[in-house]
Amino acid sequence: MTEIERHDYDVLVIGAGGAGLRAAIEARERGLRTAIVCKSLFGKAHTVMAEGGCAAAMGNVNENDSWQVHFRDTMRGGKFLNNWRMAELHAKEAPDRVWELETYGALFDRTKDGRISQRHFGGHTYPRLAHVGDRTGLELLRTMQQRIVALQQDDFAETGDYEARLRVFAECTVTELLKDPAVGPDGAIAGALGYWRESGRLVVFSAPAVVLATGGIGKSFQVTSNSWEYTGDGHALALRVGADLVDMEFVQFHPTGMVWPPSVKGILVTEGVRGDGGVLKNSDGKRFMFDYVPDVFKGQYAQTEDEADRWYDDQESNRRTPDLLPRDEVARAINTEVKEGRGSPHGGVYLDIASRMPAEEIKRRLPSMYHQFKELADVDITAEPMEVGPTCHYVMGGIQVDPDTGQSRVPGLFAAGECAGGMHGSNRLGGNSLSDLLVFGRRAGLGAADYVVGLERRPAVQAADVDAAAVLTLAPFDAPAHGGPDDAENPYTLHAELQRMMNDLVGIIRTETEVAEAQRRLGELRARVGHVFVEGHRQYNPGWHLALDLRNMLMVSEAVAASALLRTESRGGHTREDHPGLDPEWRHRVLVTRRARDGADSTDGAESEQVVPRVVVEPAERVPMRADLLALFDLTELEKYYTDAELAEHPGRPADPGRPADPVGGTA
Amino acid sequence: MSYTGTFRIWRGDADGGALADFRVEVNEGEVVLDVLHRLQATQAPDLAVRWNCKAGKCGSCSAEINGKPRLLCMTRMSVFERDDVVTVTPMRTFPVIRDLVTDVSFNYAKAREIPSFTPPADLAPGEYRMAQVDVNRSQEFRKCIECYLCQDTCHVVRDHEENKESFAGPRFLMRIAELEMHPLDVADRVPAAQEEHGLGRCNITKCCTDVCPEGIKITDNALIPMKERVADRRYDPLVWLGRTISRRRG
Repeated sequence: MTEIERHDYDVLVIGAGGAGLRAAIEARERGLRTAIVCKSLFGKAHTVMAEGGCAAAMGNVNENDSWQVHFRDTMRGGKFLNNWRMAELHAKEAPDRVWELETYGALFDRTKDGRISQRHFGGHTYPRLAHVGDRTGLELLRTMQQRIVALQQDDFAETGDYEARLRVFAECTVTELLKDPAVGPDGAIAGALGYWRESGRLVVFSAPAVVLATGGIGKSFQVTSNSWEYTGDGHALALRVGADLVDMEFVQFHPTGMVWPPSVKGILVTEGVRGDGGVLKNSDGKRFMFDYVPDVFKGQYAQTEDEADRWYDDQESNRRTPDLLPRDEVARAINTEVKEGRGSPHGGVYLDIASRMPAEEIKRRLPSMYHQFKELADVDITAEPMEVGPTCHYVMGGIQVDPDTGQSRVPGLFAAGECAGGMHGSNRLGGNSLSDLLVFGRRAGLGAADYVVGLERRPAVQAADVDAAAVLTLAPFDAPAHGGPDDAENPYTLHAELQRMMNDLVGIIRTETEVAEAQRRLGELRARVGHVFVEGHRQYNPGWHLALDLRNMLMVSEAVAASALLRTESRGGHTREDHPGLDPEWRHRVLVTRRARDGADSTDGAESEQVVPRVVVEPAERVPMRADLLALFDLTELEKYYTDAELAEHPGRPADPGRPADPVGGTA
Repeated sequence: MSYTGTFRIWRGDADGGALADFRVEVNEGEVVLDVLHRLQATQAPDLAVRWNCKAGKCGSCSAEINGKPRLLCMTRMSVFERDDVVTVTPMRTFPVIRDLVTDVSFNYAKAREIPSFTPPADLAPGEYRMAQVDVNRSQEFRKCIECYLCQDTCHVVRDHEENKESFAGPRFLMRIAELEMHPLDVADRVPAAQEEHGLGRCNITKCCTDVCPEGIKITDNALIPMKERVADRRYDPLVWLGRTISRRRG
């Protein structure tokens, strides 16, 4: 093997979106030498696509807001599957994380008294989203990018080197994490191997702590709001070295993506359109969402158009419009309207803001949306309704981490942001993603820093592991070992097949038959991905890049399909047509995905398992919610979600000596 | 609605290259980037194109289409006639890496040279108070998606490699304006704008404003006000006198 470029850092952050940058800022501020590795240029990450805002109970617009209300909204939105400790930390810390951004130079929209303005969003009781028009994600990412530059300027002033303690490796992709097997019982993180996209040359990072902040998995689906980067890299890298994923069956389909023209199908239309007054209508012109308020939310939403319209100005004496139900509910409603023949010409429904407010007001509040429809669809949203439909937007499932430190079960491996699991339960509320990445990005950076400082001995990268990872990374340039050149697979073709299949069979509505069929086809794709052969050389070769990303997409898709098959109920971002209701017996169970152990779980031990290791999904029990948090909810609400036994100790439950003891024995 | 379009795409690397002709399917509603992706999937799997969001929000897919700096994802095919030849070349101001991908590190180097946001020392997080009317100006500049098309088109550096060292370019002169107009920033970047970052080289031809995909009025709202601030300091007799005296003392 030729000489490989090597770097040595204390903390290696993979991914330069909001979570990665916030983690890197924290690690660097704690004095550790930190590297950020990202697939794109610095400042281009998918966070820029976030539009509506960042949820934080600052109470600037409605002073009744508090972390407890935010916590309750988050748990409700996730249908009580959320890791409650994460939801608690998130609700408590989000305001500080937002205010901190102002000290970095962020410029949020203001209230009349000069504080940060907050807007309404689906599932949030009060106006809670700090925002900048409809480009909040760009503001967050740019602010943190500029904070990193500021830290580099500090280092330059002190050492004469901008990159003395914090360096960005842009357009560099990590393909394998490396462990030192001699540390601890199961080994510990020692570094990572990757390649420069520009040159194709390999690079090895030695680092005792790795923070995964790689975002989501949307590129496994055909219709998605996600950019090409969202190929589940962090999910797959973590699985490969022995970390667990949780909740992988929960994939959020955002209700409002563009549906036309075909080339922009899936691009996001911000929920802010509805938060600011836009309403959904079917082809009959009917505001259909009033027909779709599910039982668990009965009484919390307006029942007439008049009440819904009054709510925008007077939230004290009116209930909110059902257009702002949580995203899973709205997406399913749109799906049903279209299926039953009341859709728009291009297979969506109408989102109307034009008839709701003056043109100038629309342009001021939603400039990016105005621009996006004008430029991409030739539609003037101030004059005519938009056509919208569901689009794969976010994965709630992800790497299982300790809520306080962000550490996975693999020592030295941390995760934050979309690639970490648990925070959002079965469905994420809009606005909770930007706050999630700030709160847990910081915590993962802190967790990684503490871990490194506490190490007795630095784990070492093993030469043999580097060689093996290098071979695997370069494999797509080798002609297939079996069969003739005609057996060579084109990565673009395989990717298109995977996306179509996942969209059709493991999409917004699922059945046992279809998911099982998806698993069968994933098995075929797994065999074919080993035969992928790319043309050209290693310098900026998109075919090769896709061939490597494809392995991750395949592994993550298997996790989604296997989890979706096991969960025989419908909840949040997982709808089983053959099991339409919520099942309290599923609420307290979590589906855990892990890598199959060699020999034990694997069936063929073939080379394809090297390229894409098999995964196993098994149920486990969730940790019961702490009593003081559980007491924040009314018993009548909890009874819609929990088993009787789990609520035995809720303070709202009357002491009833005559009550028979529950044999199942939950200990809430 | 589909037709076969003719594309002429620059292919090569730092050592040189040439335009290559392609005939490729074009469908209703597509943008130039869609067609390039189809080329990758069917005819040229190793065609190098930088892109990300495909929604005009990240500023990755900058290139030149028929000689004009544009985002590939925001250029609809419907602006061309069916028999037009669509020529796509990399941004000319930056060194080519491969095909349509250029080395834009110039911009990251310039970003580091602008002193960062500097809040008042005694202002605690959560205590920031600013009126909307006062943040509007800087917010306009913060719409910037850093596509660097303004840098690409600016004639100060477009064909003048020798000017790059002493000229930050419209994007980063605008960054200076953004910070100077931030209601709570306490640093002073006005002298440096002129002396270190080359503001004086800009002769307000508005080419940067013309190519900005975000429609930011770079020249009118950022560069000219900065020039005015420089002029106020340099040519105000009282300021001139004050500076002269303090220089003698120093």
